[in-house]
Amino acid sequence: MNPNSLVSISDLSKEQMLRLLEHARFFEENPNHKILDGRVVATLFFEPSTRTRLSFETAVNRLGGRIIGFSDASTTSSSKGETLKDTIIMVSNYADLIIMRHYLEGAARYATEVTDTPIINAGDGAHQHPSQTMLDLYSIYKTQGRLDNLTITLVGDLKYGRTVHSLIMAMQHFNPTFRFVACEELKMPQEYKTFCEEHGIKYTEHTDFSPEVINSSDIIYMTRVQRERFTDIMEYERVKDLYTLRNSMLDNSRPNLRILHPLPRVNEIDRDVDDNPKAYYFTQAKNGLYTRQALICNALGIDPLKDIQIRK
Amino acid sequence: MHLASTRSKTFKSANDTSLRTSIMTSKKELAVAALRNGIVIDHIPSDALFKCVKILGLDAINSQLTIGNNLHSSKLETKGIIKVADVDFPEQTLNRIALIAPTAVVNTIKNFEVTEKRHVVLPDNIVGIVKCDNPKCITNNEPMTTRFTVISRDPAVIRCHYCSHTVKASKATIL
Repeated sequence: MNPNSLVSISDLSKEQMLRLLEHARFFEENPNHKILDGRVVATLFFEPSTRTRLSFETAVNRLGGRIIGFSDASTTSSSKGETLKDTIIMVSNYADLIIMRHYLEGAARYATEVTDTPIINAGDGAHQHPSQTMLDLYSIYKTQGRLDNLTITLVGDLKYGRTVHSLIMAMQHFNPTFRFVACEELKMPQEYKTFCEEHGIKYTEHTDFSPEVINSSDIIYMTRVQRERFTDIMEYERVKDLYTLRNSMLDNSRPNLRILHPLPRVNEIDRDVDDNPKAYYFTQAKNGLYTRQALICNALGIDPLKDIQIRK
Repeated sequence: MHLASTRSKTFKSANDTSLRTSIMTSKKELAVAALRNGIVIDHIPSDALFKCVKILGLDAINSQLTIGNNLHSSKLETKGIIKVADVDFPEQTLNRIALIAPTAVVNTIKNFEVTEKRHVVLPDNIVGIVKCDNPKCITNNEPMTTRFTVISRDPAVIRCHYCSHTVKASKATIL
């Protein structure tokens, strides 16, 4: 097992998170550095995820590394019945770093146990997706100038949405106040409310996406409410528009408010919000590039700030 | 354990003749007293007895083995008991049953005497015993050993090391 692997956001300490954010800011200011010259990075996408894969591969390219891998497991030996263990060991023979996405939960953790090559989890089923959480943190940090003492409103699918669960875990170090806005069927699971209570995190629960909630938020984190999550389709039809954010709802919001969304968005943010300066979701996705550059360097044991100094 | 007051549902042995001899020659503390050397695991919740048998691998053991279930218990109402002759299980092996039988007490018998009596202790990690109930967990799709971490002890709750799925220990599916 390589200690630089990243499987879950809970693998990172507060200090490590802050250092990664500092490195992400460095890469935003200096995106092209040949830090990975001569290194080979494998991107193993056992399930397709164009957005995440392109972001990681762009990050490797901007750092001067070379990429091997696949974007669809149907063209690999895993479709012939090869075990994940065998695939990972085989790829470890070629690559300095493995970035993997898998449809099975816990796949990345298991991969770290069968190889000494560092692994970055680019999503394992509905379980963990730490690079998404780091780009969310970076987006909050960038737009608010701090991570401490913020009021963050999470809206939509709080039951199945792994991004909101991971965000709660990451924010535990920064004294946040959370607002959980969801219908009964998709409300925040008890285990995450217990997590908040055990870590002294303040939270309130709401079924109304009300002006009071919106106007007292520093961050509104929207998520997609998916029809397939509902056992009762009538219930879906009833609630699907209750959690749609429209531009008019932001009239009395705080000046520093920013709207985040992990994307893709469907109906939960009206198109008329896109031109509002408080809409941040597209820039948020762009921030993924810089945070992933930072995560790749971290996994390879490279401190980009020191590396640049040495090269100068 | 009073023989007359027990409602023995299952009573089997590697040697039935010897068991009948034991029953006839002892009226009280039958299971414990009849054993020269070995262990007696007492105070097993009735519904966990056969899971304990499975966890300890007793179905494959050659030693003399006595299993009783649905016996009267003042603490548990009904209980199970396991008696194994001429074996000395490592402590960590016996502690595995704490997962589903936290009330169990292990008596070590030497020369017909109880030389040690101790409660089983739930280990921090449960390796290779429990099946993860999450069908999308890697452990259910790859030939590998399962691993759980104990996250709460009263009541015992365990979490899959791989997919983070949690389950009450009493509801855990034994492999």
